[in-house]
Amino acid sequence: MGERWSLMKKFLIGVVVFLLVISSPTFVAAQKAKEIRIGGIFPMTGGSATFGKSSKEGMQIAVDEFNNKGGIAIAGSKLLIKAIYDDTAGQPLQAVNVCRKQIDQDRVVAIVGEVMSKNSLAIAPICQSKGIVMISPASTNPQVTQKGDYIFRVCFLDSFQGIVMARYVYDNLKLKKAAILYDNANDYNKGLASFFAEEFKRLGGQIVSSEAFTDEEKTVDFKAQLTTIKANKPEFLYLPNYYAASALITKQARELGLNVPAGGGDGWDSPRLAEIGGKDVEGGVFSNHFSKDDPSPKVQGFVKKYRGKYNSDPDALASLAYDAAFILLSAIEKAGSLKGADIRDALKTMKFDGVTGKISFDQNRNPVKSAVILQIKNGKQQYIVTVSP
Amino acid sequence: MEYLVQQLINGIQLGTVYALIALGYTMVYGIIRLINFAHADIFMIGVYTALFTATAYRIPFPLVILISMAVCAVLGVTIEKLAYKPLRHKPKLSALITALGVSLFLENFCALPFVFGPDPRSFPELIPIKAYTWERYNLTVTNIFLINLLVVAVLLLGLFYMVHYTMIGKKMRAVSYDKITTSQMGINVDRIISFTFLVGTALAGASGVLYGLTYASAQSPYMGIWPGWKAFIAAVIGGIGNIPGAVVGSYLMGISEVYATSVSSDLGFGIAFAILILVLIVRPTGLLGKKTYEKV
Repeated sequence: MGERWSLMKKFLIGVVVFLLVISSPTFVAAQKAKEIRIGGIFPMTGGSATFGKSSKEGMQIAVDEFNNKGGIAIAGSKLLIKAIYDDTAGQPLQAVNVCRKQIDQDRVVAIVGEVMSKNSLAIAPICQSKGIVMISPASTNPQVTQKGDYIFRVCFLDSFQGIVMARYVYDNLKLKKAAILYDNANDYNKGLASFFAEEFKRLGGQIVSSEAFTDEEKTVDFKAQLTTIKANKPEFLYLPNYYAASALITKQARELGLNVPAGGGDGWDSPRLAEIGGKDVEGGVFSNHFSKDDPSPKVQGFVKKYRGKYNSDPDALASLAYDAAFILLSAIEKAGSLKGADIRDALKTMKFDGVTGKISFDQNRNPVKSAVILQIKNGKQQYIVTVSP
Repeated sequence: MEYLVQQLINGIQLGTVYALIALGYTMVYGIIRLINFAHADIFMIGVYTALFTATAYRIPFPLVILISMAVCAVLGVTIEKLAYKPLRHKPKLSALITALGVSLFLENFCALPFVFGPDPRSFPELIPIKAYTWERYNLTVTNIFLINLLVVAVLLLGLFYMVHYTMIGKKMRAVSYDKITTSQMGINVDRIISFTFLVGTALAGASGVLYGLTYASAQSPYMGIWPGWKAFIAAVIGGIGNIPGAVVGSYLMGISEVYATSVSSDLGFGIAFAILILVLIVRPTGLLGKKTYEKV
């Protein structure tokens, strides 16, 4: 025993590891590259599990579409696409691990992911340093694409949502006096509130009252703020908060006799909004990435395919992941190469008519695209209009 | 002027929510000198009990309150028997830590997907909301607000009567004053303590129903935490252990929170803590609290 045994052990472990490596599919794939490997990094377990599930399903439809027409031609031969999905559990550390695994072990040529901004921010520097294109379907934080020129996204930024709502209220609803009530403990809410206010004032409107509360997880009584708002006589109430707080605020506003139209951002996109708010949120308008009721053939075609495959309706995240994967595969097709730099250059020049709108990229690799305005009618979301930048 | 009156109405509404929870804290503290941190979570159970019974059966509002009070009272007494009673003659810190443990257990157990789940739920409309507006002064009150006041008034009068004019109330006061002497008088102290938990947690149950009625939703099993903290602070401001003090403290907190928010909405949340500090500097035992001397 002792030293000799431990030497023996080390040798045996070495042999086992060697055998595992040469027999693993990764090693084999790296030898012949008969397929195009695309990574999908999403939160598929944990608190945001529905985001991950939708994203994976949406992405797979885009991959299937390319495979059904025979794959993508690279250097004269058609290659099929294989999507490799990994779960981040919504944790940045886990995201970093699976990103390294996909690049070093699976040899993916590009990555679709992550959904949550904090995770995208964690993996973007890795993709950038390895020269792998990363395209995020749904991370709205402005910093994500600032990590480098290999990092793209297909969703609009929060600034754009605020601007779209301001224009819709001012131009379409013809309301000139707005009040805002937002959560000052959350960057998403604060961002939307300030971008809305800025644009609304630029257009010539007036923000008659801008009130805040602290943390929508902790606050349920908004009557003090709403009484102040009511005294300033607004014509529109902008509530850039998540659905539960937005529904409560609208209810309490109605109780106080503040009966002006209300609206918000994509945080309103939940069936719970109408469940909690009931008749009080009727007529509420909000900006979103996508509506399954949008009559455009592109959207309806996607909804039909999605229903056929998964037997449910696609949400905004599924649509964004579909668009992200589709535009990425189109760029690979256009480049005719699997080199990161070639894919990146092709992607920069792409113009793409997607499910979530017409997409092209600005110099910061953020999309220039449209948003939809939805309205709550009879407890359901109804498509109103598509607003282009 | 009407603006200030409207805000006063809002403040009274908020104070009413705090008052019923604060009573539970103060009664338990008064009798066994324990801050029952699980109290706020019993309030949460009260909200969910009302939510489920009212969703499943179409029963009238007073019955919902009674069911919710009963469930919370049973839970409160059970917690007292299982978690606090075995520690009665141990250091006070042990019971305090246990109270925190019970609180965390209730929150996280109820947040499990097969119990209540972590998502917000909507509260059924037990009573259709009607808003009464006094056009001339532009003042609005809702029928829900009036019902809140009525229920709280009835419960407070009942509690006051019980504590001061019944035998069990007399025993409660005696136990609070001196446990050892009281037990030598042939009074079953354990039973009186259980009874105090029963009353305190039943009030939390009633408060839960009023909360659900007023805010029309149950946010999550963690929803008790902040109303609980605010009510606890209200009880301390009023003088913990003192029943009228808890009510005074709650309305003081509710009204000042609303006025502070109306001046600058960024201030509202912190004002409770500012008042607490001010009151404790001037009157360390709270507004209505009596000076007690540590017996050596």
